[in-house]
Amino acid sequence: MQKILNWIDDRFPLTTLWKSQVSEYYAPKNFNFWYFFGSLALVVLVMQFLTGIFLTMSYKPDASKAFESVEYIMRDVAGGWFIRYAHSTGASAFFIVVYLHMFRALLYGSYRRPRELLWIVGCFIYLALMAEAFFGYLLPWGQMSYWGAQVIVNLFSTVPIIGDDLGTWIRGDYTISDVTLNRFFAFHVIAVPLVLLILVVVHLMALHEVGSNNPDGVEIKDTMDPVTGHPADGIPFHPYYTVKDIVGTVVFLIFFSIVLFFWPAGGGYFIESDNFIPANPLQTPEHIAPVWYFTPYYAMLRAVPSFLNSQFWGVLVLGAAVVILFFLPWLDRGKVKSIRYRGSLYKGWLAAFVISFLILGYLGVVPVTVWGQFGEKIPVLGTADKATVVVRVLTVIYFLFFILMPWYTARDKTKAVPERVTGK
Amino acid sequence: MKPMRALLGFIVLAATLNVSAESGLRLEPAPAKRLDVESLQRGARNFVNYCLNCHSAQYMRYNRLTDFAISEQEIRDNLMFATDKFGSTMTVAMPKADAVAWFGAAPPDLSVEARVRGKDWLYSYLLAFYRDEKAVTGWNNLVFNNVSMPHVLWKLSGVQRLVETEYEDEGKAEAAVTAAKGLALAERINDHKYVVKTLTQEASGTMRPVEYAAFVADLVNYLDYIGEPVRNERIKIGIGVLIYLGILLVFAYALKRAYWKDVH
Repeated sequence: MQKILNWIDDRFPLTTLWKSQVSEYYAPKNFNFWYFFGSLALVVLVMQFLTGIFLTMSYKPDASKAFESVEYIMRDVAGGWFIRYAHSTGASAFFIVVYLHMFRALLYGSYRRPRELLWIVGCFIYLALMAEAFFGYLLPWGQMSYWGAQVIVNLFSTVPIIGDDLGTWIRGDYTISDVTLNRFFAFHVIAVPLVLLILVVVHLMALHEVGSNNPDGVEIKDTMDPVTGHPADGIPFHPYYTVKDIVGTVVFLIFFSIVLFFWPAGGGYFIESDNFIPANPLQTPEHIAPVWYFTPYYAMLRAVPSFLNSQFWGVLVLGAAVVILFFLPWLDRGKVKSIRYRGSLYKGWLAAFVISFLILGYLGVVPVTVWGQFGEKIPVLGTADKATVVVRVLTVIYFLFFILMPWYTARDKTKAVPERVTGK
Repeated sequence: MKPMRALLGFIVLAATLNVSAESGLRLEPAPAKRLDVESLQRGARNFVNYCLNCHSAQYMRYNRLTDFAISEQEIRDNLMFATDKFGSTMTVAMPKADAVAWFGAAPPDLSVEARVRGKDWLYSYLLAFYRDEKAVTGWNNLVFNNVSMPHVLWKLSGVQRLVETEYEDEGKAEAAVTAAKGLALAERINDHKYVVKTLTQEASGTMRPVEYAAFVADLVNYLDYIGEPVRNERIKIGIGVLIYLGILLVFAYALKRAYWKDVH
């Protein structure tokens, strides 16, 4: 065995890689619950790749066969239903895990110096994930697939001057059609997964270069053990965190299996009921809602009024809501990283941000008329939908969390950060 | 434990943000009979006899009916009229263009209809036909207003009539819906006028109302089954998977404890 390993090591840095990335990568010993979601994202990524490969074997990217081929997978392909539900549940699980992973970064300031690039690569992963989900959602060729894609591609058509041509260029046709389905299939099964995979490798390499943050926001490399020369508060990722992450993965798989085997449509959120109607270009559904993970942004898009005869402003707001994430490392001027030592200002703003994001998500699912109108007695707002007004307020809060961040983080009354990491 | 609590709060919040039913219609819940093989057999019979002339179930294969504990010969003798091939799907001979000309809209394929509408909707819908002389077919439906489907099962169910009662405020109208037996729908005409719609039996059919409801329940049970034939198997496997993962969790946790003993 050792001989084979030596033979390989003479030709490829296998042992060096294993040591630098896993067995001698020192991670802080005080990771808590929130630190499971990075490894879980990797687990879900692998699951999506595997189930995706098997789905591709039976799926037909053809407008006249796509819907049928999905039902064929569900009924006639051995184990097909399991693969399909694992993939559809995996899509939602991916976003749940990634949202919690990003929230962890907000809690403990994991995007702060020296981890700015790590955060930016992560934001690119989030973008790639959104693209992947969007392209994939067209493939079952149900009504929501079709009209969801229609809505999103139409966003590009609102771009001034070149909009219409841009829309046609993306679709490859004047409407969403077989051509569009084929190219979305190509993007979903090869182009975007490839980008995603490369970005994930870069994300991990960047992480292992700068080292992991931790719930105290203390740099463990600042305190080295004089004897071993390793961080005093660090432990090797393998075996400590590999065995811990196995526990996390099993717990995750329990939740995942509960959805997959007992609740696969996720109450109409993970697989929308309207998507069991084959795509019909002549019949617009009464209510078009994207899958839940896009709805906070969709709510913003719908709530921005048209101005100067253009709907483009809504698209700009939607784009800005995502792009602003990239600037986070430079917006935060706090003296401390972790929420444990932040003052009430940051805590308050973070809470407002999270609540806004959740309510925006809800209001993006339901029709704008959900809460009715204000009634004519109230001036100005009179005929406006209550939900739309609420979305506008929450959108402002969403952006203020970022825009005011340099101000409130600098002013915040922080607590003293300990030299070393504390217990759990 | 604090972050755990935060996550729990997040999940609870997400769960309460559920989409509510859109109209003021209260659906009749369909009886749960997922594992009732006899009900599924009757449902398949009802479907083949009454629906399968206009509605196809093009993803459902005849040979899958063996799931209901019936043999190939029994299926061939009693349920297969349109084809000789045991593996073929439940299609209909009616061309789509004719269907559109006759009904105004082609009868939808029913393979996954239960997944679109839900079984409670289907159950209520089939109980909600009433006589309406103004409608083209002579029938209307409390669940699906101005539906283009005629009441195919009227000889079994008999004839129902629409009863409209006016109320002055919303609270009273809602109370009336709650108090009403069977299907009831409240509609707002204006701020001072609410109409509650209910149905009453005018002429009896060959079945008593309870028999007809049972007939529909079997049919809906079958439609629910063909929406996802694998469901019972899926749930059975799921229980096994969870037991396995539960045991695995014990070992995984013990392994983690053993390794982390020396970390302080």
